Amino acid sequence: MKKQAVRFDDTGLTCLIELLRGEGYEVIGPRKSGPAVRLARIESAADLTPGIDSETSPGRYRMAGAPDARIFGAGPAAESPKRYLHAPEARLAVAERENGAFRIIRDTPAAPKTALFGIRPCDVAGIARLDRVLLRDRYKDPDYEARREQTFIVAANCVRSSETCFCASMETGPRAASGFDIALTESVNGRREYLAEAGSTKGAAMLAQIKAEPAAADFVKASHAQCEAASAQQTRSVDYRRARKVILRNFEHRRWDAVGKRCLACGNCTMSCPTCFCVNTKDSSSPDLSHAERRRLWDSCFTQAFSYIHGGSVRTSTKSRYRQWLSHKLAHWQDQFGETGCVGCGRCITWCPAGIDITEEFAALDSSSQS
Amino acid sequence: MTAGEPATLIAAPPGIMEPLPAQVLSVDKETHDTFTLRMEQPPGMAGFRPGQFSMLYVFGVGELPISISGDPEHPGELTYTVRSVGPVTYQLVTRQQGESAGIRGPFGTSWPMAECRGKNVLLIAGGIGLAPLRPAIYHILRHRGDFNRLVILYGARSPKDVLYKKELAAWNLLPDTQVLTTVDYGGVSWRGYVGVVTTLFKFIRLLPSETATILCGPEIMMRYAIRDLTARGFDERQIWLSMERNMRCAVGFCGHCQLGPYFACKDGPVFNFPQVKPYMDLYEL
Repeated sequence: MKKQAVRFDDTGLTCLIELLRGEGYEVIGPRKSGPAVRLARIESAADLTPGIDSETSPGRYRMAGAPDARIFGAGPAAESPKRYLHAPEARLAVAERENGAFRIIRDTPAAPKTALFGIRPCDVAGIARLDRVLLRDRYKDPDYEARREQTFIVAANCVRSSETCFCASMETGPRAASGFDIALTESVNGRREYLAEAGSTKGAAMLAQIKAEPAAADFVKASHAQCEAASAQQTRSVDYRRARKVILRNFEHRRWDAVGKRCLACGNCTMSCPTCFCVNTKDSSSPDLSHAERRRLWDSCFTQAFSYIHGGSVRTSTKSRYRQWLSHKLAHWQDQFGETGCVGCGRCITWCPAGIDITEEFAALDSSSQS
Repeated sequence: MTAGEPATLIAAPPGIMEPLPAQVLSVDKETHDTFTLRMEQPPGMAGFRPGQFSMLYVFGVGELPISISGDPEHPGELTYTVRSVGPVTYQLVTRQQGESAGIRGPFGTSWPMAECRGKNVLLIAGGIGLAPLRPAIYHILRHRGDFNRLVILYGARSPKDVLYKKELAAWNLLPDTQVLTTVDYGGVSWRGYVGVVTTLFKFIRLLPSETATILCGPEIMMRYAIRDLTARGFDERQIWLSMERNMRCAVGFCGHCQLGPYFACKDGPVFNFPQVKPYMDLYEL
């Protein structure tokens, strides 16, 4: 496929949203919602909120005014787009009692057509990680697959980094390399302009319908240079190539005790993480026992019940649960799926009520290896 | 272990993602809290290999991983030995003949019967861990000429917790077969061995280099048994064991069964010892 790149202004952006809505997509994008920038339904370009930035630091998130009137100026939205693909709660099966036995009724509701509009490269990478786990392992998750097929991804490359961002070191941003249908890079030179690059045939077909001029090489270069500047702003990093060795070697490091004392085991990190995929199941039945259903709910490895087997939980201490989470994200995910479970979005740092920082914890293990 | 991507992706066969209803053929009491359920094999469900497990579903109550404890070469039925310890297992053991439960599976890796061929086979079981080993015993007895000496060491909590009492006695009478049972606490009428299962090692005569060992039981039992075996010259690469973890899905989606780099449901439950050796001694892994 010939790489297609066009240049348009707000009119083109409005047109893109209308085209998506015209094709039946529910457009979900970053917008001011209460005290945070969240992913929410976008009816028109007017719902996008220009001139807003987000200030993040360990355990802290504040919306703030931005130095310019960018629409995609704020960092990663408060929550990741995970919920639109890997639903927080989904019905797995319904069973009906029939002559003393039961019958499973297949009722997979039709997946909604969703356009994830203006999601960050880290989140685009997060979706690719989920694809690997839920679509390209031994079996496919039917619910995820149905939703994924109905999803259109418009990435917004980052031209500013938030304090908790570390995508550059995870090689997932600030510019998305793949995994999107269209990638936008916003520029402000008196007025907002966008470089729009197609990442799939679906995306290219969509761009072909927008009245726009082809992007000249210097505009492409200038747009991309902004992303490089965003990369240079990042102060946090994880050397993920060393992670497997460092973590396995430091399983009994005293740092785990220290972080275990700070960690509240609340599970905020796992809920806000764009790649955490663990789920629990819940069974229920109607009062007359004629119907039963199984539901699947997001679960967190920070709960005591997560590792419960007869006789007790495998991981009773908070320390061991934090260790499981960090080891899985940075090390064991690589054994399991050939890539990391961390995309460097920084949400686990921002939304941790105790301000625990995954990059700091890993660096502490790395710098004082107890081999 | 599958880093990167598997070569071929298979469409899930029937009974993998959704439970298939199956009739209970019989429920037999093994001990005060443990029962063996024979169930019909739902049509379309694949046969199993020794060491594999199913997810058993009780309508509206829940689903659990249970090892298959019957004869792999007895088509048309699936046998499970279940200890009643919670709401789902209680519902399972109190099923009546003709009632039904749901089955998904079979899942997981299996005992290395091919690698055991031509060797002595040492089976070490603790408690309910004898159940997942029974299909391997049936397999060996059906193909007796393919295997050398068969030794079964079994440790139970007390005489009243000993499973498959009649079968153990019958197997012990077979040529080239030795069955030793020990209990942690014998009481006044027990005339057998008392002590943990490793105390039986001194009674067995097996050439370590010619022996394949498979273990199933509490993790602590397997850890100490393997320590003793290796001290006696048994080759780590000839030791296999079955690991237990919480499982909700059995297909690698729920994340509950993680054991270091592995998913116990799809990379296990049966592991070759060197695979899990680095993780066995890590407390709260």
